[in-house]
Amino acid sequence: MAKVLLKGNDAVVRGAILAGCRVYFGYPITPASEIAETAAKYMPLVGGTFLQAESEIAAINMVYGASGAGARVMTASSGPGISLKMEGISYMAGAQLPCVVVSVMRGGPGLGNIAPEQADYHQVVWGGGHGNYKNIVLAPNSVQEMSDLTMLAFELADRYRNPVFILTDGATGQMMEPVEFPDAVVRPPEKDWAVGVGPGPRENLISSIFLDGDELEAHNKILQAKYDKMEAEEVRFEEFQLDDAELVTVGFGIVARVLRSAVLQLRSEGLKVGLLRPITLWPFPNEKLEELAERDSVRRFVTVEMSHGQMVKDVKLAVLGRKPVELYRRMGGNIPTVNEVIEEIKRLA
Amino acid sequence: MKVKFQKTKGFYDVYERKPGVNKDIIHYCPGCGHGNAHKFIAETIADLGIQDRTVFVSPVGCSVFAYYYFDMGNVQAAHGRAPAVATGIKRTHPDSVVIVYQGDGDLAAIGTAEIVHAANRGENMTVIFINNAIYGMTGGQMAPTTLVGQRTTTTPYGRKPENEGFPVRVAELIDAIQAPIYIERVSLHDSKHVTKARRAVRKAITYQLEGKGFSLVEILSACPTGWGLLPVEARKWIHEAMEPNFPLGLKRDEGPNIEARELQPCNHVFEGVHGLIDLPAPEERGAATMQATMEHVEEAWRNPAIKVAGFGGQGVLLLGLGLANTGMQVGHHVSWLPSYGPEMRGGTANCGVHISTDLIGSPVVADTDILVAFNRPSLEKFEAAVRPGGVVFCDTSLVDVKPTRDDIVVVGVPATKLADELGNTKAANMVMFGAIIGRTKLFTVDEVCASLDGFIKKKKLIPVNEQAVKRGAEYVLEMS
Repeated sequence: MAKVLLKGNDAVVRGAILAGCRVYFGYPITPASEIAETAAKYMPLVGGTFLQAESEIAAINMVYGASGAGARVMTASSGPGISLKMEGISYMAGAQLPCVVVSVMRGGPGLGNIAPEQADYHQVVWGGGHGNYKNIVLAPNSVQEMSDLTMLAFELADRYRNPVFILTDGATGQMMEPVEFPDAVVRPPEKDWAVGVGPGPRENLISSIFLDGDELEAHNKILQAKYDKMEAEEVRFEEFQLDDAELVTVGFGIVARVLRSAVLQLRSEGLKVGLLRPITLWPFPNEKLEELAERDSVRRFVTVEMSHGQMVKDVKLAVLGRKPVELYRRMGGNIPTVNEVIEEIKRLA
Repeated sequence: MKVKFQKTKGFYDVYERKPGVNKDIIHYCPGCGHGNAHKFIAETIADLGIQDRTVFVSPVGCSVFAYYYFDMGNVQAAHGRAPAVATGIKRTHPDSVVIVYQGDGDLAAIGTAEIVHAANRGENMTVIFINNAIYGMTGGQMAPTTLVGQRTTTTPYGRKPENEGFPVRVAELIDAIQAPIYIERVSLHDSKHVTKARRAVRKAITYQLEGKGFSLVEILSACPTGWGLLPVEARKWIHEAMEPNFPLGLKRDEGPNIEARELQPCNHVFEGVHGLIDLPAPEERGAATMQATMEHVEEAWRNPAIKVAGFGGQGVLLLGLGLANTGMQVGHHVSWLPSYGPEMRGGTANCGVHISTDLIGSPVVADTDILVAFNRPSLEKFEAAVRPGGVVFCDTSLVDVKPTRDDIVVVGVPATKLADELGNTKAANMVMFGAIIGRTKLFTVDEVCASLDGFIKKKKLIPVNEQAVKRGAEYVLEMS
């Protein structure tokens, strides 16, 4: 047997452990709690640490400490908890500390509900915390990708010394699908900048404070150069039936799966529809969208989101008025059905 | 020349990290207590010879810049979060010595949760708490430890208990927690007390090195600038105003009763990991299952979208899981999406399953090919979503109504009654599994039985579940 049937939230943790993560700090929240529960079960068995923190704020600051001490470390939550973690995320970006944060989005604002939504796109992709910083944001659309992208997230976090988000939703976290795991078990790299035990670590400082204006500006320029490099090298997306598409749908995560079904159905009815699925929400596939917008064959874009319309602003920025960009949205934790998306696309096409 | 007094090696010789030209003097004001407290820590670390394994966590406040001075690993924490940051360091390197240095605003206001819970976990760390009854760095605002009547920039008429409450007594607060091993409040008001304070800091760090647990030393310390007093007056004010509010002395010392142990590093495991986390080990893993076809399945039931619904406790989610699991074992694409959270508790449970020869688009089951209803509310709720020509499996032992539609196929199975006859009511879901495959030919009975150990956790229940699958399949054959 090569595949295992797992929940998305579970697959995150097993992938993380294969990627060398041995330290987890978190706080329970639906629909992300299985991530903490799975970590609680397995971390001790691989000599690692699981600790349920007193708050989301404490959890992310524990992550800050462990990361500063050189660990591959992660945490996970859902919107209300991610809001609290934003303080620590900004500090980690400022101090250039790697970590993986999983956000399993639920309905908002406020307490909202626990059904799947995508309305924390702005919170995670555009900022959330204070200051000039960016996170790499990966958006899985299957249980397989929950594991694969978590493993990738640890590599990217260490490569850039930067927080990396997995931005997913309650349905993807809760659902089960077959997953295939790699044979390799990664050993975390040595980090010569970390504190800990030894003469090297003694010389190190983990900090985000630069009192002098020019020094802080210089530090910000270093960060911006790093973000530029991420934009140049880390854009990931999936194309589906785009070659001759006249109408390009754009959606991420679970919505992209609905769109894929819709595209197949519409194609069978003779409509030239395709799908662009951003896998990295930041850096965003701007160049791909620009290229599509330049094509004579492409007449319009339709963004489908489980939010009031957040990613659509990024799509519009990339398309820059060259073609119309429409939005079809659901809120409140409702996943659009294939049929309603088809209706909407037919109306617009 | 004989050196009589020398700066401890716990400090850097030259403060290279300090901006500006004066790299040999500290940034603290004359008469400030941080100088004493820093020295106690630095000389202890140097004397114990543990500079290579010590990490100093500095807070927000004037001592945010403590890393200018301490020749050891340094981490700067967000306001109030030093105990959490220290927990992260300590859990990564249990063999390190971690000093948490916090002021009153940091520890007793914005960071109250972090200090209480680090103490409650008994983290093996040393907390040095500087209580100077004021926010020094931000310009003299009220601290949680500001005295009643004390004027600050945010209590310009003096602290009033009816508006701001009373000063927080941190040592006593932490003393209400079971895990800490050493808690003492000391003062820097004269040289005799300075000596006591030095001894307390030394003890707290030594206890950590000996693996004994959580220590907190509260130091009553002067902030002449914030208080608007001369250094000598400020020392007097510690004694006359602060000490009556914050009684000095030992609150707890369990150190002598705890055996010293050597600090050990983490032992992270990287061998045999797959087995440890319940994944098939690479060497034990068979070849990937080939993509199966559904040619043997009647066209109406190929690539089905299945909804299973009933009361919580009827094994609704497990039946869905069984369908998905068997589908995966046979070589299909599958997805299983449950209702989750409070929905699950006490009320109805349902899940949607897709089994397909193609990649599965939306995992949501909207247009239902197969509805399995274990109770009346489920039938009533989900019947409308069944596509024309779809099938509804009803547990007729429990559902006393018939579907209202006439464009769907209805298969009544007294699943609970049949399971009772087998001696286990809970196997009704597997009776239904047998009925579903008996009717649709989605899987063979053997395929389902072969996959049971993939989703039935209690192995001793596998035989009765096997019987149940067989009974369900037989029942629909008898019916037809």
